[in-house]
Amino acid sequence: MALIMERIGIWVGAILTFAIFSFLYRDNPFYKIAEQIFIGISAGYWFIYTIYNILIPNLFTPLLTNFSANLLLLLPALLGILMLCRLIPRIDWVSRYSIALVVGTTAGLFFKRYLQSDVINQMNATMINPFSAPDLAATIGQLILIIGTVTGIIYFFFSKKHEGVFGGTARVGIFFLMISFGAAFGYTVMARISLLIGRLDFLLGDWLGIIKP
Amino acid sequence: MRRQIPLFITFFIGTIILVSEFIPHKPFGNISTTLGGWFLIISGFAIILGQLNLFKVNLTKISRKAPNWQYYIISLVCFLIMLVCGILWGTLRQPGLLYNSEGLVAFFGLKPFDYIFKYLFENLSATMFSLLAFFMASASYRAFRARNAESTLLLVAAVLVMLGRTTIGSTLTGWIPDSLTYLHLPNIANFIMEYLNTAGQRAIMICAGLGVIGSSLRIILGIERSYLGGR
Repeated sequence: MALIMERIGIWVGAILTFAIFSFLYRDNPFYKIAEQIFIGISAGYWFIYTIYNILIPNLFTPLLTNFSANLLLLLPALLGILMLCRLIPRIDWVSRYSIALVVGTTAGLFFKRYLQSDVINQMNATMINPFSAPDLAATIGQLILIIGTVTGIIYFFFSKKHEGVFGGTARVGIFFLMISFGAAFGYTVMARISLLIGRLDFLLGDWLGIIKP
Repeated sequence: MRRQIPLFITFFIGTIILVSEFIPHKPFGNISTTLGGWFLIISGFAIILGQLNLFKVNLTKISRKAPNWQYYIISLVCFLIMLVCGILWGTLRQPGLLYNSEGLVAFFGLKPFDYIFKYLFENLSATMFSLLAFFMASASYRAFRARNAESTLLLVAAVLVMLGRTTIGSTLTGWIPDSLTYLHLPNIANFIMEYLNTAGQRAIMICAGLGVIGSSLRIILGIERSYLGGR
């Protein structure tokens, strides 16, 4: 029976794949149905995932196994319930207490995290001696890296008008940023194409059996 | 009260987390970890709030017979099916209220929740994102027209990276002798990624990091209050 159910699952998956691809022609009822199935299943999936992987191990299990030692957990539980009050318009303002805690924690943690990883560590990695590189290509590369980083930062400095030498330096920064965006775009295109290949692999392999693994 | 107390909570929590960085002793030493745990629990409730809100919005659309209201019934039914399957029979690693229910697993080959995940959710999400490949093709046509120096650089970098990271790149430049190995497309793509791309990304990271630090300070000090809403 499991084998029959597996075949049914593959057929349903193939039909839904075609329903989504039908959007390439134009918006139509098949696409709309597949879209709503996707929304409903995603919402249900994340609901269950949150309960089993976040709330049960971090809140319910500690409270049920050793209530007195984890008494403090009642506070985030209460704030979580206050968060749900946002669904009731008359008392939705009480959710601000929970949001305040989340925002305060995020602000404090992000301050430390970004200062360390995105500012200090990145500046540290840029303050290198390019002439200590093992070969000419690496020396040129490291010089480019330093110039690109400094000029890129200058481009993002908007407190001074971009003109004269400052403007010229900022323009060099734009060139580096455009190369960076181009590389990122190339990678994104490749990722999407590989997903498309994956879909074709599913249709021609799992569904039709034309491609053998 | 409705605004002052939340502002005080944000200030108090944010300051404690910042101060705890410099005082590695009790109670500050582990306060960051404790608050991180609380944050996770409240975030869990926030995710549930999002799902329930979606349910509420869809229900409202159906009851008001909004345009295309019939389709929203499908999403509600799918949401409830996923919920019931997850709660009653659990997931791959978690037993549900009815425990592992071997009979159902023998029938589907998987637990019902995992069956829906594998054959519906995985296929739908992969197809949704692969659909973007087609839209990217048309977007590339518009973006990749070399109108000025900046867009030419974007075009050249993207093409070189795409060619260099696929087998066609090494095939195209495979005939180039080893003495000119730096002209091989994979090596050019590596050079772009290692130095030129890193320089741009690093500038963005440093500036965005400074922006996050500034925003965090504004929030902690109560200058930025938009998260509290209108009233």
